[in-house]
Amino acid sequence: MAHRAPVSTALIVRTAAAWIVTLAIFFPLGWLVLTAFKTELQAISVPPLIFFTPTLENFVEVQERSDYLLYAKNSVITSVASTLLGLAIAAPAAYSMAFFRNRWTRDVLMWMLSTKMMPAVGALVPIYVLTQTAGLLDTRLALTIVFMLSNLPIMVWMLYSSFRDIPHEILEAARMDGATLWQEFRRVLLPLGMGGLFSTGLLCLVLAWNEAFWSLNLTAARAGTLAALIASYSSPEGLFWAKLSCASFMAIAPIVVFGWFSQRQLVQGLTFGAVK
Amino acid sequence: MFRLRIAAAGTEGAEGAAAPPASRERPRGEASRTLPRALLAPAVVSLFLWMAVPLAMTLYFSLIRYNLMQPGEHGFLGLANYEFFVTDPSFWPAIVNTLLLVGSVIVITVTGGISLALLIDEPFPGRGLVRVLLISPFFVIPTVNALLWKHMMMNPIYGVLAQVWRFFGAKPVDWMADWPLFSVIVMVAWQWLPFATLIFVTALQSMNREQLEAARMDGARYLQQLRYLYIPHLGRSIAIVVMIETIFLMSVFAEIFTTTGGGPGDASTNIAFLIFKQALLNFDAGVASAGALLAVVLANIVAIFLIRMIGKNLD
Amino acid sequence: MNLRSAVTVAVGLAVAGVSNAATELVIATVNNGHMIEMQKLTKFFEQANPDIKVKWVTLEEGVLRQRVTTDIATKGGQFDVMTIGMYETPIWGKKGWLQELKPDASYDIDDLLPAMRQGLSVDGKLYAAPFYGESSMLMYRKDLADKAGVKLPEQPTWQQVRELAAKIHDPQAGVYGICLRGKPGWGDNMAFLSTLVNTHGGQWFDMGWKPQLESKPWKDAINLYVDLLNKYGPPGSSSNSFNEILALYNEGKCGMWVDATIAASFISDPKQSKVADKVAFAQAPVAVTPKGANWLWAWALAIPAGSKKQESAQKFITWATSKDYIKLVGRESGWGSVPTGTRKSTYANSQFLKAARFAQAEKRAIDTANPNDSTLPKSPYVGVQFAAIPEFQAIGIAVGQQMSSALAGRVSVDEALKLSQVAADREMRKAGYYR
Repeated sequence: MAHRAPVSTALIVRTAAAWIVTLAIFFPLGWLVLTAFKTELQAISVPPLIFFTPTLENFVEVQERSDYLLYAKNSVITSVASTLLGLAIAAPAAYSMAFFRNRWTRDVLMWMLSTKMMPAVGALVPIYVLTQTAGLLDTRLALTIVFMLSNLPIMVWMLYSSFRDIPHEILEAARMDGATLWQEFRRVLLPLGMGGLFSTGLLCLVLAWNEAFWSLNLTAARAGTLAALIASYSSPEGLFWAKLSCASFMAIAPIVVFGWFSQRQLVQGLTFGAVK
Repeated sequence: MFRLRIAAAGTEGAEGAAAPPASRERPRGEASRTLPRALLAPAVVSLFLWMAVPLAMTLYFSLIRYNLMQPGEHGFLGLANYEFFVTDPSFWPAIVNTLLLVGSVIVITVTGGISLALLIDEPFPGRGLVRVLLISPFFVIPTVNALLWKHMMMNPIYGVLAQVWRFFGAKPVDWMADWPLFSVIVMVAWQWLPFATLIFVTALQSMNREQLEAARMDGARYLQQLRYLYIPHLGRSIAIVVMIETIFLMSVFAEIFTTTGGGPGDASTNIAFLIFKQALLNFDAGVASAGALLAVVLANIVAIFLIRMIGKNLD
Repeated sequence: MNLRSAVTVAVGLAVAGVSNAATELVIATVNNGHMIEMQKLTKFFEQANPDIKVKWVTLEEGVLRQRVTTDIATKGGQFDVMTIGMYETPIWGKKGWLQELKPDASYDIDDLLPAMRQGLSVDGKLYAAPFYGESSMLMYRKDLADKAGVKLPEQPTWQQVRELAAKIHDPQAGVYGICLRGKPGWGDNMAFLSTLVNTHGGQWFDMGWKPQLESKPWKDAINLYVDLLNKYGPPGSSSNSFNEILALYNEGKCGMWVDATIAASFISDPKQSKVADKVAFAQAPVAVTPKGANWLWAWALAIPAGSKKQESAQKFITWATSKDYIKLVGRESGWGSVPTGTRKSTYANSQFLKAARFAQAEKRAIDTANPNDSTLPKSPYVGVQFAAIPEFQAIGIAVGQQMSSALAGRVSVDEALKLSQVAADREMRKAGYYR
């Protein structure tokens, strides 16, 4: 690129187009953040207020009213634990399928994915009854397990896909050199597959973080996550828009910030068809 | 010996297993195959079990009478639950809506995602920030996403879109009433576009730049570059995006529940919402389970079609 | 399982007072203003009852209903006190799922408004204590009516309302003649539409439990509704519910509004409403009969039958629905914020009457609503704006969707009613009410 002219019209056009499109797409979210700092009356005014004196009253109320920190802690614990647990189960499974393919591999993968296509609403009663029988209602453990199971098919599939990109020769070579399975795993597979593991993990972390349905239905006072917290701000009788924006902002901020910082790894991790 | 193994193991995309190794290698081959397989079996088996148990329960519930409001009455009903679910006047519209929803969002996100990825593929000022802003909508919780669009953007009196329409002198559109399914499609597409864009951005990273430069030097126009270089390279990632989105979009629920309530009429009711009506309004777990299994059947049919269309890229 | 039994034993011991550990009450509630207020004031209860700790689970109405119903039907035991409405109480009370409430004399159970007490009892036994009650009424802009030279009586007819709406409808000036609910839902648009049908002489089901959705009263009512909103209503009506209209009204965009009496407290609050001092109240409009013209709803606190924490739960419920609690709210947050619609003594309180201009209209509305006699022809069900049968939720939303569709102009009113009748018939048949 160094040999290109420093500022060409093409560059200006591209930059402008990119920025306009980006701002248009980001706009609703930006408006949400802005609304978090408004009063209820300001939030619904017509024409919409862009300049106003910001207030922090919503943030105070959210914490006071619903113990944001407890829900945040639950969100962090359940999403991280379910992701790590899931990776621990999915990675070996993906490894087995990627390197020891047989004629059932494709079918097994499709079957796993198809169970994911069942709407959660349909499985509510069986899962609820199971959780109740196990005495696990309103526990973080139950949520962790359910999140992990929900995301397991995706994890297996994405890891399988990224492991397929790792050339067999490298693994064979390591084996030739007398490496044990564990060493093969640690020295060769892990570094090469790290990107795939990381990006799969990040995706599933986000999915677990945003999972509201199970969180609402399987918890009561102790184990709810942030996604469930939002449900308590959508009031049937009363103005709530500013508070909801604030609660939403506080609910998604951690994961968005995390996503922003790790998007570089994500970008590097998702290689499709590239030769490393 | 070594070369044979490489040749056997290294063919990508080959159907099924490669030719068996020569008998001389079998002891070595066997040992290094059964051990990992044995170690991995527990993982695969437990995965299987965990998925099978709820599935089996759902199957069982779908065949009996199970209404939460009438506990204790669990008579065997055969296929009566399925029949009830299928004879709902909204059943076929719901299937159509489900397919329309999934199809439209996929088309929008794939074409939009590729376009965006191409747009920001080459450097320009502020590219890092643009990337970060573009992926943000994916992190928004679906319920909040729905409320955001319904109140802020689409409200015909004080919504942003209404203001824009009025600015251009046109009468604002009542999105929820006149274009309910389309409104839901817009909301869901907005949320998934970042995901598709991200996948395509990373796929483009690994494009062969020299090939691209050479083509440009040879005078290839942009459309030709697109057709012969970019798109084929993106084949695999398109397949992945389509696959993952199909899985999630088949069971879109929160957006519909929060905004249109499945209406007006059943214009924005999809299969998931229909199941919800049975499960959590009627508290009829029997019919809901029947509906859930039908949804899985539908999903499998869709998957089979998908595999036919893009299957070669999946492996 | 061992852990679970151990916990149960521990809790049992705590309640019996053998150990000094505090009893923990988990309370599921809806997130309206009064409940949020109660959460803030819980510390007073805990101070008076040091052996009880209260934990709140606050949810949106629809989700709350799903959660508590699933819990109580499967005997999950997740919640010790549940907030339920007038819809669930008769159904669950009859099934024996709720604990009968027997407060002592100091509670003054006769102080409860008769309509509330009746609506929450089965066979004379009280199963849930009303915390907040509402009916529906007409709220209109006095300034606009005066300008049009119209004076509405205390209980206007729909004809009069229509005429006024036509006169004050002025979209250019940003004022719509009348705003009414349109979002599909048995508690959303159908709550209002049921009362509209009632007052036109209709009913949901006849004595044989057959749905009556294609009868003349239904046709008259829905045609009036669609015509009124299409001519004099705001755009987007078919997805408007309480909150959306509240926002519009507070901005001064609605000339008239028929909805829950609690709306009155919001629209006359200068902190929220731009037209706070311009609002007047009247009873819900009538047509053929005044029966069932205004709805009746209460949020009440109940205890699941077989709960192991009954004593503590009863203590909390009697505290939260007592005269003293209302006085407490008056002291701490102002008399404009007290939960209304439950006790006669509230309406006799001069401080409350001073702070709430709508009080008399609200009391009259509640007093005239009778869930046992809300339709002109005799009905087999209990409830003014709903039928207290389990099948009603699914039927209500199906019909609600059709009504919303008719309002949006996607189907004709007759077609919408026909489809609604089919949907209702299907559900009733499946549930075995008739073959």
